[in-house]
Amino acid sequence: MSVLVFTLIVLVGAFLAGFLGSLTGLGGGVIIIPLLTLGLGVDIHYAIGASIISVIATSTGSAAAYVKEGLTNMRIGMFLEIATTVGAILGAVIAVYLNAAYVAVIFGCILIFSSLMTLKKKVDHTTLEYTSKGAKFFKLNGSYPVKGVETPYAVKNVAGGFFMMLFAGTLSGLLGIGSGALKVIAMDNIMRLPFKVSTTTSNFMMGVTAAASAVVYLHRGQIDPGIAMPVCIGVLIGATIGAKVLIKAKTDKLKIVFAVVVTILAVQMIYKGLSGGF
Amino acid sequence: MEKAKSITDKDIQSLVGNLLRIGVYVSMGIVIIGGIIYLLDHSTEKIDYAAFDLNRVSLKTVEVIFSEVLTFKGAAVVQFGLLMLIFTPIARVIMAVVSFFLEKDYLYVLIGLIVLSIIMVSLSGGFAH
Repeated sequence: MSVLVFTLIVLVGAFLAGFLGSLTGLGGGVIIIPLLTLGLGVDIHYAIGASIISVIATSTGSAAAYVKEGLTNMRIGMFLEIATTVGAILGAVIAVYLNAAYVAVIFGCILIFSSLMTLKKKVDHTTLEYTSKGAKFFKLNGSYPVKGVETPYAVKNVAGGFFMMLFAGTLSGLLGIGSGALKVIAMDNIMRLPFKVSTTTSNFMMGVTAAASAVVYLHRGQIDPGIAMPVCIGVLIGATIGAKVLIKAKTDKLKIVFAVVVTILAVQMIYKGLSGGF
Repeated sequence: MEKAKSITDKDIQSLVGNLLRIGVYVSMGIVIIGGIIYLLDHSTEKIDYAAFDLNRVSLKTVEVIFSEVLTFKGAAVVQFGLLMLIFTPIARVIMAVVSFFLEKDYLYVLIGLIVLSIIMVSLSGGFAH
């Protein structure tokens, strides 16, 4: 395959990955990696390096919009970034020593888990019990606008959330994905944040987390300009258009279709990993 | 007191939002320019990414990328743009630290510096080998 043909195919594929990833809330990274490895025979190390770059581009782009709306809790974001950046570097270093086949199998499992999470109905866990000493010490309790009215919320179980974030960061660094699904669990279910705050704060942290592991990948030579260039351009344009369509479109049916497609990709990744294809 | 603080928080948020947006636009612009140069020079060459090779990519460190970008070779310009993209969220942390300092929230100045030092150790190549 020539450089031109490869670049064009990846550009189109990355555009679709970014578009669908943003519509379904799954993120572009989880789709671009199977596309590159299964579809184009690219080594998984290069695919991960390119994907982490696209995670920085999309999360930073949308964080810029969210942060102005006053939904992001900057203190929670900054505090939990200690956990996610340590995890991200840990994950990226583990990836160096771990056999590519294992990385593919873990990737497949996380892919299935994430697609199931997008289908699950969200339950509101918010609370006004200001009992957490950690939340008080780190000034994490906050408020956010609901239909123009500032609504307060209390944060629970700071230590539990912190450790979940360490895990989310490690997977992000290991697999080159944003691991938004895990970050939202840590903040919704464990720390009891309102959805809007957890989604936007998680997105805000994703860029810093991805930058921490991208630096490790860069030094390792896993970020190849020939792959990363079409991937990040395509994913960013796709995600930007996806976010605009999302406001108007009903995505329930699309989510189910997409979850099925992603699960098929995940099973293929696991199968190829187990049968020695990587 | 409470009111003054909330205004400061809003200012920080608006500043950070603009920084992130400009960072993404500028770095993606550089990547696109680099991509065009790269395609003009290499479009007919054959690609082979089937095996990971530690030595294929030579543009691996900040120093090398900064010196190579001046040659205006496509790959170097793309890599420079990608590096700017990586720097954008890092610059955001630096800005947040400054803002927390102006707010006299020293606990969060410390937390921000911890996050920053973790990334800086990684950036100096400490974990790559």
